[in-house]
Amino acid sequence: MPLRRWWEHAQKIAGASSVRGLGVGAEHWLQVASDVADAGGLLHTLWVNREPAGDAAVYGAYLTELGVLVAELALPAGGESVYYPGLEDIFPAASRLQRAAFDLSGVRSGDPDRRPWLNHDRPYEFVRVDGEGVHEIGVGPVHAGTIEPGHFRFSVVGEKVLRLEEHLGYVHKGLEQRFTQLPILQGHRLASRVSGDSAIAFSWAYCQALEGMSGRALPPRAAWLRAVCLELERLANHLGDLGALGNDAGFAFGLAQFSRLKEDLLRAVSAAFGRRYLFDIVVPGGVAVDVSSQAARALAEVVRTVCAEIIELRGIYDEHEGVRDRFTGAGCLAPELAARLGVLGLAGRASGQARDARVDLPCAPYTELAVAKIVQQGGDVAARVAVRFEEAQESGRLLRRLLAALPEGEHAVTVDAPAADAFGVGLIEGWRGPVLVALQAGPAGSIRRCHPHDPSWQNWPALEYAILGNIVPDFPLINKSFNLSYSGVDL
Amino acid sequence: MLKTLRKIASIGLVSELPPGPDELLRVRRALDDRIAAVLGRALCIRHVDAGSCNGCELEIQSLSNPYYNLEGCNIRFVASPRHADLLLVTGPVVKNMEAALKRVYAAAPDPKLVVALGDCGCTGGILGECPASLGRVSNVIPVDVAVPGCPPSPVRILQGIVTAISPPV
Repeated sequence: MPLRRWWEHAQKIAGASSVRGLGVGAEHWLQVASDVADAGGLLHTLWVNREPAGDAAVYGAYLTELGVLVAELALPAGGESVYYPGLEDIFPAASRLQRAAFDLSGVRSGDPDRRPWLNHDRPYEFVRVDGEGVHEIGVGPVHAGTIEPGHFRFSVVGEKVLRLEEHLGYVHKGLEQRFTQLPILQGHRLASRVSGDSAIAFSWAYCQALEGMSGRALPPRAAWLRAVCLELERLANHLGDLGALGNDAGFAFGLAQFSRLKEDLLRAVSAAFGRRYLFDIVVPGGVAVDVSSQAARALAEVVRTVCAEIIELRGIYDEHEGVRDRFTGAGCLAPELAARLGVLGLAGRASGQARDARVDLPCAPYTELAVAKIVQQGGDVAARVAVRFEEAQESGRLLRRLLAALPEGEHAVTVDAPAADAFGVGLIEGWRGPVLVALQAGPAGSIRRCHPHDPSWQNWPALEYAILGNIVPDFPLINKSFNLSYSGVDL
Repeated sequence: MLKTLRKIASIGLVSELPPGPDELLRVRRALDDRIAAVLGRALCIRHVDAGSCNGCELEIQSLSNPYYNLEGCNIRFVASPRHADLLLVTGPVVKNMEAALKRVYAAAPDPKLVVALGDCGCTGGILGECPASLGRVSNVIPVDVAVPGCPPSPVRILQGIVTAISPPV
């Protein structure tokens, strides 16, 4: 059955602009997945709900050209003997999601890879590479720089990488369980801390699901201010990465200049919103802080200056032979492989995957902003740098437009807790890629289930391919060019 | 090259003066004046993320930008705990990082200082203690100075570090 037929049978789900849900039987679970794949869609996330009584359901959320399709497969009670068919042959990204879901719920997929993912009680079994001169280099979980913890196991000959295997889950902190202990009107605070660099994306996706379930429309000013925050988050992260990438290529000048620009931006954000990082700004019903017209003008002026300097610095990066040499051809992820792996967001767009939720499934105010989708075909570090340069300019354009014409009116409205068992899905294009939050209400304003998804789930496995054939000393540069989240996937 | 040099010359020096110590951040009095006098000249810091959301890390990275000019204050981040005088620990300590954090602490030479960073490091934060998380840093290793904030600003982080290496008043 073509995807369109499944879509027509599915029921509308509250939250993001085009989400539908479909209950399927075990015989159709794989069929839906392969029909989505045939139509050019991909698996965005997968999670398992387990009820105290023992019965469970597995959910697969697909990104398709029609919207987000959530397939639900109910599973009978039966402990370890209950399996659902694994999706890993159709969507490779499913493998780690299914292993994590087992660690969290005890419900297993049919995937033959049964190694734990989030559960670190036993030593991890890495795949060994044998052969003359092959040796292993283990890195982490504590790394040499100020970054998050994770373990990388390289199998190398000389300096050449034959295989990289990632082992994550070190910052697993029980986020999904913690959500169920919070009132649903407070969950946005935890959502903004799923991955601190994507605070706005996660808290907006959470609130979008919640507001959809409560049937509360967002005032235009609140939507515009959220978009201001989301683009500021994108611009700040791109500035940080562009500096760090220059530094990893041996060009300390780049780090000095871009980190200075990022600081200028953060100080302007602090002047407008009262905080440098925008945790707890997005709240149910709107935003926590209104911005005066004077502050909006001042912020727009700083954005204009920063963007003008980015253009100047891009010229310097482009002309620097050493930087060009390190960026070009390093960590190449071909478009065909990116499509097969379902690579999302910035890294996907640098490998020809033309997806951007701000364009494909826009919510207000993106419906009227005509965001330019930035796509490169190269797939190497240079392409990921180019996407960042161009997206920074596009965010600058959006910010100036948003700040110049903020609609009058309220910046927040009251939202009531949704009825028990109401279900909603939020989808926001964060700086790394599309962030999804699936939220189910419990009785009396509680959270029954909340599943946050960071696009790094899809992109971490892609890094294992991008490094192949490169040399170990290029790994920090290639890794930084993806800059994936650990906290966001360790849950 | 000319463009690069021109840019450096046109921006000039943007570094600001560091803050003084703040006794309110002090948890434990580990240092006497003599050690502080030695450590106070140059300080090597090893950062450990024990379960952070990555928010505190962004502000630690800000410390290295030209405005805060960390190395100009004779403070630098090092790649190994064996080179470190001070451990800067973020996040609640999650179960999967407990062993790594204890090993880092054991690997740092004595006398060593620990600064717990952010609301999670100070109190366990929004996560608190749960089956996957042991809560505040001082539940796992001794802490000298605790800097609250979500995330704390670079000035506040710097103040915590300066407090740790200043003799208690």
